[in-house]
Amino acid sequence: MGNNTAVINLKNITKHYEMGSQLVRALDGINIEVERNDYLAFIGSSGSGKSTMLNILGCLDRPTSGQYDLNGKNVAKLYQNELSEIRNLEIGFIFQSFNLLPRANALNNVMQPLVYRNIGFRNRRSMAMEALTRVGLKERVDHLPNQLSGGQRQRVAIARALVTQPSILLADEPTGNLDSKTTLEIMELFDELHDEGHTLIVVTHEEEIAQHCRRVVEMKDGKIFSDNSSKKKAHEKAH
Amino acid sequence: MFFSLIESSRSALAAIFANRLRSFLTTLGIIIGVASVIAVVSVTGGMSAFIGDSFASLGADSLTIRSYTPFEDLMKGIRSRLTPGDLELIEKRGEGIASITPVLEANRSSQIKYGPQTAYSLIMGTTYAYQDVAQSYTQIGRFLAQSDNLTRRRVAVIGEDVKENLNLPDNPINEYVELSGEWFKIVGLLEPMGDIMGQSRDNIVLIPYSTMVSILGNQSRIDIGIQLSLTPAANLENVVSQLTTVLRSAHDLRSDEDDDFRIQTAEQLMEQFDQILGTLTMVIGGIVSISLLVGGIGIMNIMLVSVTERTREIGICKAIGAKSNHILMQFLIEATLLSLLGGLIGLLSGYGLGMLISSSIPDFPPASVPLWAALLALGFSGFVGILFGILPAAKAARLDPIDALRYE
Repeated sequence: MGNNTAVINLKNITKHYEMGSQLVRALDGINIEVERNDYLAFIGSSGSGKSTMLNILGCLDRPTSGQYDLNGKNVAKLYQNELSEIRNLEIGFIFQSFNLLPRANALNNVMQPLVYRNIGFRNRRSMAMEALTRVGLKERVDHLPNQLSGGQRQRVAIARALVTQPSILLADEPTGNLDSKTTLEIMELFDELHDEGHTLIVVTHEEEIAQHCRRVVEMKDGKIFSDNSSKKKAHEKAH
Repeated sequence: MFFSLIESSRSALAAIFANRLRSFLTTLGIIIGVASVIAVVSVTGGMSAFIGDSFASLGADSLTIRSYTPFEDLMKGIRSRLTPGDLELIEKRGEGIASITPVLEANRSSQIKYGPQTAYSLIMGTTYAYQDVAQSYTQIGRFLAQSDNLTRRRVAVIGEDVKENLNLPDNPINEYVELSGEWFKIVGLLEPMGDIMGQSRDNIVLIPYSTMVSILGNQSRIDIGIQLSLTPAANLENVVSQLTTVLRSAHDLRSDEDDDFRIQTAEQLMEQFDQILGTLTMVIGGIVSISLLVGGIGIMNIMLVSVTERTREIGICKAIGAKSNHILMQFLIEATLLSLLGGLIGLLSGYGLGMLISSSIPDFPPASVPLWAALLALGFSGFVGILFGILPAAKAARLDPIDALRYE
């Protein structure tokens, strides 16, 4: 049901770590489906497994077991270089600490993901300009990250995520380093991006952030504790 | 691939210039290594061209025959000799010889006196034919004549340096100098010949061969040198082998005995010199490659530090889609560019140093860097960069994206 619109489909995903002699079940049998144009927040206290969730969803890490279909393709068992390509094509990351390249100006930062797609300089430039215009930084393209405010940096990071036209935007505590006014601005930008048809997944521990999202999934001890999506219940029945 | 190559070079240059001082200090080993090799090559390059010119003035078609005593024979008190008899034999039976002259040198510099002045010079007994063989002509007066030899006349032809050292007048003809207690009349002044390997060829006194023999006394024990020049049609190798045959039979050498003489051509002298120069260059090259090696290790060190410092950056790049080979290329290109830039700076400063050295030595030809040396130096520094960049680059490429992103 609804599989043709599902961007993400996790089936019985686990992630286990060895910590000394102890086995840590960071993710313990996760089943979730994320549909196109979903606007979803993962919430939970620290240690609940939401960071691991983000790493798995972002293809930064591979699950210990289970199946992860991204746009209908199982990416759970891919090699690192294949995962790099998936990240480049399908995922736009937005980090808490912005993670911009310190020596590159805003424009070059936004162009960087396109370098790995072997897109020529002119095209890269015009695509990056478009993305920077979209986040309202057209006038600041030649500024270095340390010449920009926190909110502006996060906008550059959002532009960098948007420029590749990814299937999902994956934000990890996107407002964690921002003041409340800027937080509001960024979240309004997120709302707009959702309205434009983007699929957004936000990992956060802040209630106000989660309130912007259409769907909130709470995690606890590596399991999904609650999911306010009615569809989710229907999905579980189907299995 | 091509795009990412340009892109990698661009950001590598940005990284290098972001830390100018550190980049410079890192490449200092390469700079010094390349600069020293280029300085040496540019100086020796100029020198060997210069020496080549001087040897050509010796006459490429002239031969020198000297006696040669192997070391074991020397220990037994046996000395090989070339005698006036050998000279006569060669004059009689040699083919393709244009002119031939005996040369009898005093074993060491001899004292010459002119009025209150005393000087030391090489005294050489020879004949009129010497001027053709050695391409040495007089600028004032005449050369030794045949009659000088026949009558053992006490006349001398002197070199430019002798005139200077003895404070002789500008026209020294008909002045008398004292040599081994005898008075010699100066009949000619030689054209200046310049020097070879720092030894002046103008500090020379030529006297008739027969006069020299009588000064040295015991005629039966003398060991002469023979210089000869060839006719244009003569083949050098044929003449050498014919002369060898003549002298071997004259000296009653069995077929298993080595020659007790040496036939040298100007070309051989030049080859010998080139060989010495080549060996010198190789020794210096060896020392320099050690310094390049050390320079390379320096680059590797700093690149390893740089990888650690930029761990987070590497994580970011991987998160937004960089594959291992993108990161590998990035750091490899950075190390190579760093090393190449060092090589370039070394090349320029080495050339400058070479020019400085050669201009500080009077009469020395200007330094010149052959293209092959420049390319080799750059190629080698590039190679060092690649070689010592591999380890840091591989370390960067292997980083796990999550760990790298988390790195503080």
